[in-house]
Amino acid sequence: MTAAFVAGADVPLKRRLKRAERARQFRALGLVLPLLAFLLFTFVVPLAGMIWKSASDWEVPQVMPQTVAALEHWNGQGLPDEAAFAALAADIRAARDAGNLAVAAKRLNYVVNGFRTTLLSTGRKLKEQPAPGTAKETLIGIAPAWGERESWTAIKSASGPITSYYLLAAVDLTRNADGAIVAAPPDQAIYRDVFLRTFEIGFGVTALCLILGFPVAYLLANLPTGRSNLLMIFVLLPFWTSLLVRTCAWIVILQSEGIVNGSLEWLGVIDEPLRLIYNRFGVYMAMTHVLLPFMILPLYSVMRGVSPAYMRAAASLGAPPVTAFLRIYLPQTIPGIGAGCLLVFILAIGYYITPALVGGAADQMISYFIAFYTTETVNWGLASALGAVLLLSTVVLAVLYGKLALGRQTTGGLKN
Amino acid sequence: MDGGMIATTETLVRFTGVQKTYDGEHLVVKSLDLDIRKGEFLTLLGPSGSGKTTTLMMLAGFEVPTQGDIFIGDRPIKNTPPHKRDIGMVFQNYALFPHLTIEENVAFPLSVRGVAKAEIKERVKAALDMIKLGNLANRRPGQLSGGQQQRVALARALVFNPALVLMDEPLGALDKRLREHMQLEIKRLHETMGLTVVYVTHDQGEALTMSDRIAVFNDGIVQQIDRPDALYERPVNSFVANFIGENNVLSGVVENIEQGWARVALDAGGSVVAQAVNIGGAGNRTSLSLRPERVAIETGDSGDSAMNRLPATLTDLIYLGDHTLAVLNTPANPEFMVKLPAGSYAGLVPGQDVYIAFRPEDCRALDPV
Repeated sequence: MTAAFVAGADVPLKRRLKRAERARQFRALGLVLPLLAFLLFTFVVPLAGMIWKSASDWEVPQVMPQTVAALEHWNGQGLPDEAAFAALAADIRAARDAGNLAVAAKRLNYVVNGFRTTLLSTGRKLKEQPAPGTAKETLIGIAPAWGERESWTAIKSASGPITSYYLLAAVDLTRNADGAIVAAPPDQAIYRDVFLRTFEIGFGVTALCLILGFPVAYLLANLPTGRSNLLMIFVLLPFWTSLLVRTCAWIVILQSEGIVNGSLEWLGVIDEPLRLIYNRFGVYMAMTHVLLPFMILPLYSVMRGVSPAYMRAAASLGAPPVTAFLRIYLPQTIPGIGAGCLLVFILAIGYYITPALVGGAADQMISYFIAFYTTETVNWGLASALGAVLLLSTVVLAVLYGKLALGRQTTGGLKN
Repeated sequence: MDGGMIATTETLVRFTGVQKTYDGEHLVVKSLDLDIRKGEFLTLLGPSGSGKTTTLMMLAGFEVPTQGDIFIGDRPIKNTPPHKRDIGMVFQNYALFPHLTIEENVAFPLSVRGVAKAEIKERVKAALDMIKLGNLANRRPGQLSGGQQQRVALARALVFNPALVLMDEPLGALDKRLREHMQLEIKRLHETMGLTVVYVTHDQGEALTMSDRIAVFNDGIVQQIDRPDALYERPVNSFVANFIGENNVLSGVVENIEQGWARVALDAGGSVVAQAVNIGGAGNRTSLSLRPERVAIETGDSGDSAMNRLPATLTDLIYLGDHTLAVLNTPANPEFMVKLPAGSYAGLVPGQDVYIAFRPEDCRALDPV
């Protein structure tokens, strides 16, 4: 009612508020802008690039444009027509001269083992002038593989611009010559196992960190300031040392001539050195050590907010210490447990250098294979697809956690 | 103020020679002998650091006496953990469990005692009805106002019928009106339920309103333990006189003592007769304690030789509604206060030379400040 008498009342109040707040919003935006730009270039763009690479199929369309065009209307039954063979011959000649035939050969070799040899030998043997007879006869004459439907479906499946090949391969699936999704042949079906192993190690390390970190965080939150600061330094110490150095230290400690085995042998506990490293034990040990602070810090920050008065109140109301802990203290630290576990798990499933150094062949996690495909075989498509699957599972977890955390809050708020 | 009909002489809690030190150098509680009677409302009153909260914490079991013993009934409780002491406690900031509803909070002491579900429901409902918050049973503590949280904390501490209820400055976080309201409510609960309450506060008004007896703490020692009116009217030392209520101090030296009456020569000249309460013999220094409402202002000599009379100058009159506060400058005390009943200051003007007059029995000679 009074609004009618206020100056500028013809403008709605909301709009006026917005106008009044605008300067402040711009200032806030200005403060975060550098970070936003940084994240855009270092995080969003590479991530988008990775996802694009996991699905893009550029090699064959680029090297064999005529063949791709000729196969566009081929129905996949029987062999394609003469025009397709002629286009292929022309493409191979052009690619041989341009020197990029190997690029397509590598891509097609993923689909059909041995395609690389077929294509490269065809490239070598294909004469400059077409031999008498049809292109079809010539090509089949050079390599009998061109007379098989499988070779042509391979080319058609790789003719882009988008392929599901890498993403399917990342979960041990493939398409057969008819285009149906089937299980990958057993010798290529390794990624599901690797993902399972990755999650298993992730869960294991998270559980170990929680068991070891919870009491430490409790102590940190409840000791007098002076002593808790000292303890905090010990917790943070690992952060001040390079990851590589810490991992190598574990090798020194755990190897068969290392400190642990040496001491145990000297004490007469064991006769032969225990195998403590280059196996799953070493991986758990080193990763738990490295990731422990990521569990302790969120737990600590939540525990700091839990007043000791609650435990006293519980005791005065008749709860024995264990009951008081389980029913009063623990539930109040759940946000910290959730945050710590999520943080450790997400970091753990992306771990590369530690398992690579202290794990055996059967302990390598998914990141090892991503690194392998990017640096060793330069198979960006598969590396990106594996990365995308890893990203997806992380996002699913984070969303799940967010839902759970939010759910707790809302039931806490408006139950009535 | 008279809850005496419930209080008996039966002792429920006994402190004998209790001492407490945290650092091994300073005693926070120097020597405590204290009996708490069954059914009484005992307040531990004192400035911060006087040892009152430490005493409460030792009784609750959160602190261990360095020396001495505490008994509940005849049972020493030194080695009884807090959860077995059967003591209900209301904490300074209520300590309501934030992750539990009001109902679950109040049910907690019953459920940890293994009370049957149906009975818990019944008793929690009765407790919530008692504090008139039955309609908020499913809320969380964070959604309640301070006063409501306070009442829930009370219900939670009372629902399991503890032998003893401890309250550690439970009203400190509330505003004045609410605090006064809650004082009466706690008092009502104490009387209707026949509770034994040990209440810690630094607010003397609160202590006077609620208590059957008050133990005044200072410097780790109980200075005086008595009924509120006795503490106010008959303080045994200067600390109690100054801590409880308004007090005027006049310093002097004892000239002689006769049958409980001391003649004191004031440092600023003149002499008065006072009750000898807490002074050695003649020649000792003393501080006289005078309550502002026990002093009259006279404009001329009334000739009553039984009264002590001192010359003074009226410096200020402060109107306070139910009474008027006169501030006077006497040679012995430049800020001497006199409370005049409403309507009885007619004719007085600031700057006027007057006399202050008081009876010897209203003037207590105590230890020097």
